[in-house]
Amino acid sequence: MASDKKFKPTSPNVQWLEDRLPILGLVYGSLGAGYNAPRNLNYWWNFGSLALFMLVIQIITGIVLVMHYVPHVDMAFDSVQHIRRDVNYGWLIQAVHANGASMFFMVIYIHILRGFYFGSYKAPREILWFLGIIIYLLMMATGFMGYVLPWGQMSYWGAKVITNLFGAFDFIPFIGDGIVEWLWGGFAVGQPTLNRFLSLHYLLPFVLIGVVILHIWALHIPGSTNPLGIDAKGPYDKIPFHPYYTAKDAFGLGVFIIFFASFVFYIPDFLGHPDNYVKANPLVTPAHIVPEWYYLPFYAILRAIPNELIGVVAMFASILILFAMPWLDASRIRSLRFRPLSQFFFWIFAVNGLFLGYLGQKAPDDILLASFDVTDFSRVSLTYYFGYFLVVMPLVSRMETTKPIPTSIAAAVLEANKKG
Amino acid sequence: MIKNINVKGLIATVVSATMLFAVLNANAADPKAMHPERNNYKSAGIFGKWDIPSLQRGFQVYQEVCAACHSMDLVAFRSLSDIGYNEDEIKAIAIEYEYETIDGDGEETFRPGIPADYFPAPFANEAAARAANNGALPPDFSTLVKAREHLGFFSSTYGEDYIVALMKGYEEELPASAPLGFELPEGAYYNHYIEGNAIAMAAPLYDDMVEYADGTPATIHQMAYDVANFMAWASDPTMQERKQMGLKVMLFMFFFVILLYFTNKRVWAKVKKGEDIDPSKI
Amino acid sequence: MTKHDDVVEERRNFLYLATGAAGAVAVGGAVWPLVDQMNPSKDVLALSSIEIDLTKIAEGQSAVFLWRGNPVFVRHRTADEIAEAAADDAAEDLIDPENDADRVQKPEWLVMSGVCTHLGCVPLDQQGEFGGWYCPCHGSHYDISGRIRKGPAPSNLPTIDYVFLDNSTIQIG
Repeated sequence: MASDKKFKPTSPNVQWLEDRLPILGLVYGSLGAGYNAPRNLNYWWNFGSLALFMLVIQIITGIVLVMHYVPHVDMAFDSVQHIRRDVNYGWLIQAVHANGASMFFMVIYIHILRGFYFGSYKAPREILWFLGIIIYLLMMATGFMGYVLPWGQMSYWGAKVITNLFGAFDFIPFIGDGIVEWLWGGFAVGQPTLNRFLSLHYLLPFVLIGVVILHIWALHIPGSTNPLGIDAKGPYDKIPFHPYYTAKDAFGLGVFIIFFASFVFYIPDFLGHPDNYVKANPLVTPAHIVPEWYYLPFYAILRAIPNELIGVVAMFASILILFAMPWLDASRIRSLRFRPLSQFFFWIFAVNGLFLGYLGQKAPDDILLASFDVTDFSRVSLTYYFGYFLVVMPLVSRMETTKPIPTSIAAAVLEANKKG
Repeated sequence: MIKNINVKGLIATVVSATMLFAVLNANAADPKAMHPERNNYKSAGIFGKWDIPSLQRGFQVYQEVCAACHSMDLVAFRSLSDIGYNEDEIKAIAIEYEYETIDGDGEETFRPGIPADYFPAPFANEAAARAANNGALPPDFSTLVKAREHLGFFSSTYGEDYIVALMKGYEEELPASAPLGFELPEGAYYNHYIEGNAIAMAAPLYDDMVEYADGTPATIHQMAYDVANFMAWASDPTMQERKQMGLKVMLFMFFFVILLYFTNKRVWAKVKKGEDIDPSKI
Repeated sequence: MTKHDDVVEERRNFLYLATGAAGAVAVGGAVWPLVDQMNPSKDVLALSSIEIDLTKIAEGQSAVFLWRGNPVFVRHRTADEIAEAAADDAAEDLIDPENDADRVQKPEWLVMSGVCTHLGCVPLDQQGEFGGWYCPCHGSHYDISGRIRKGPAPSNLPTIDYVFLDNSTIQIG
C-alpha cells in the first residue's frame, strides 16, 4: 500500500521551524500530500469537509454578531433588528448565521446517512462513530440555545417547552424537583435563562472544535472507508489527499456555497418561522409551537408518546441508539451496495425520517388520511424508526444474501474503466 | 453510482415518497381563513426593487391613518432616505414630532424630533393602547409583514399580500361562506383573511380617505397596496441591497465553480482512468 | 518533454492560476463585511452631527454639549472678552501660537472641543488665571480664546468643524 509520505522541507528555514514546532509537518501529514485516502471516494465523502467549513463559518459569524447583540429580555429582539438594519453588512452576517445553522444540520444529516449506507460505523471505526454522535448532540444543544437568543415568540416558547421536558425527571431523589428551576435560573424562562444560554452558546462550539479534532484523529488511524467498503490494501488503492481531495473538496465547497447563498440572498426566512418576528410574550402562546426543522423528527417522536417521561426517554433514545449500531449490524460487509435487502430497508428508513420531520410540524390532531391523525402516523413512523435498529438491522444483516465484493479497490477501478 | 443503484431500493423510495406526497396533499383541507391573492409588487422575485412612489404613498397612509394606533418603534426617520426622501425632507418630517426631554432645571419638557429619532408610539404603554382599543393591542409595524409571512414548498403567502387582503376582506354581515355555527365575539368584526375570521380592528380604509401628493386616486385597494408595500419595507429595509448583492455573488460563484470544476477534472485526469495502476502489482 | 506537453502544462498552470486568483477574490469578498461591521453603524453615524440652538446661551455664558461622546464648549463672548482674546494674539508666552480670529467664525461665538490636550480631562469654565478655563487634573490654564497659556498641555483646545445654519443655529459634525 502506498505509505504516507514524510514531510521533507527543502528550505533550511522551514526545517528550523519544523524542528521546534512540527506544525507544517502536521498539516502535510493530515491533509497534505503526506496523507493518503482511498482513490475511489465519491461525492458523499465531501460532506465531512463541508461540515467543518460550516462550523468555522458559524463561529466567525457568531463572534461578530455577539459584538452587537444584547442578551437582555427587553433589548435582545431590538438588538437583532439593529444588526439587520444599522450594522454595516449586519443583515448579511445575521442571514449567514441563521441559515448557516440549517446548512450545518443539512450537511450533517447527509454525512450521517452516508455513514449508515457505507458502513462507516463498523469496526475499526466505532470510536470515530461515537465521536460523531457526540458532535451531533453538541450541535443540537448549541442550535437550541442559539434559537432562543433572538427572543421572539418561538424562541421563548420553544425554550419553555423543551426545558419543561426535564421536569419529567422529577422522580430522581434529591435533585429531581429542582432540575428545571436550576436550568431556568428562576421560576420560568427569563433573563437568567437568556444570559446563560448566550454564554453556553458561545462556549459549546469551541468544545465542538475539540471533539472534531478527536474525530479527525480517530479517522486518520484507519483512514477513510470507501464506497466499496473493502479495506485499502494494495499499493494502488490509495492516493495522496493533496491535490486530489483538496481539489475535489474545493469544487464541492463551491457548489455548496451556491446552494447556501441562494438561501441567504433570496429566501433568508424560508427555513425560519414567522412567529419569531414577534417579540417574546410570556402571556400569549403561539397557535403552533414548532422547533426548527432539524429537530422536527425528534419532536414528532416526543409528542407521539402519551407518557411524558417515556416520550422524553424515547426522544433521547432515538439518537443514543446510534451508539449500538456497530453491534446491531452483524454483517461482515460494510457497504450497502452489496447488501440489496439491507439497502431496501435503508431507503425506507430515510424516507421515514423525512416523514417524521413532516409530522413534527403539524398539529398532533390534524387528520391526514381517512380518520387517522398525525399522532397515529407518528406512532407508526417511530415504530419503524426503532424497528430499523432493533429488528431489521440484527435480523437482515445475519440473514441476507450479499453480492460478491470486489477483490481490491484498484481492481474495481480498472474494471469500471474497462466497461466505461 | 448510477451503475450501483439497487433497483428494489429505488422502488421502495419512489413508492414511499409517492405515499408521502399523497398524504401531504390528501387533506388540502378547507382553510379556516381564505388564502390572500398575489399582488404585483416590484419588490418580488430575484430582481426585486423598491417601488419608490408606492412606498411614499404608503408612508403617507401610515402617517395619516395607521399611526393613530400602530407604533413602528424600530424605524428611524433617517431610514426614510431608502424611500427617496432627502436630508431636508427627512428633517421636515422629524420636526413635526415631539419627544420628551428634561430641561436645564430638571423639568419635563418637549423637544422637536431629529432624523436620528425613531417613530414615536401613539400610546405611552401597552395598557394605554389596550384601553383605547377595547382591550386589543394594535401590533407594532416594524416587523409585522415578516410576522405574517408563510413560505412553503408548494405555496407561499407573502406578508404584504396578506395585509392587502386583510384591508379589503371585511364583511359587514356574516357571509354564507362562514363556518357553521360561527359566532362573532363582542366588539369584533368579520374578516375573510384573519385566522379565526374575527378581527378587533374595524375596517380602517375607505375610498379617498387620503389625498395622495402625486395625485393617484386613493381607492381602498390602492391605499392597501401602498401601505402594505411601506410596511414590507419597514420589515425588511435591506431587501434590494440583499438581492443586488445576491446577483453579484451568484454570477461570481457560477464562474468560480466552473473554474473549480475544470481544475478538479485536470487534477484527477490520470488517476480517474486508473492510468497510474500497474495491473501486475495489484 | 514535447512542445505539446509544454502547451498542456501552460494551460494547466493558467487554469490553476485563474482558480487561485478567483479564490483570493472570494476570500477577500467574504472578509470585507466581517471587517466593516466593526465600523460605526448607521445609528451611531446618525448622531454624529448635532444642531445647537444658540438663542439659549446668553451673552457671557458658556454651555457644554455632548457630541460623539465628548464635550463641546460653546461660549457667547462679550465684547470685552473678544477684545481681550484679540489682544492676546501678540502675547509672547503663547505655548501654541494661534490668532483668535482663526479660531472662530463669528467672534462672539467660541465653539471648541472641551477635552484638555494634555491627558483628556474636561477643563472647568470661568476659572484659572487667564479668564478662560482651568483643568484641575494637572493644572493647565486656557485663555478666553481656548489657548493654552500655562501648564502641561501642549496645544490649544481643538477647534471643531461647524456651520451656521442660520444666525441662531449651528450644526456640529
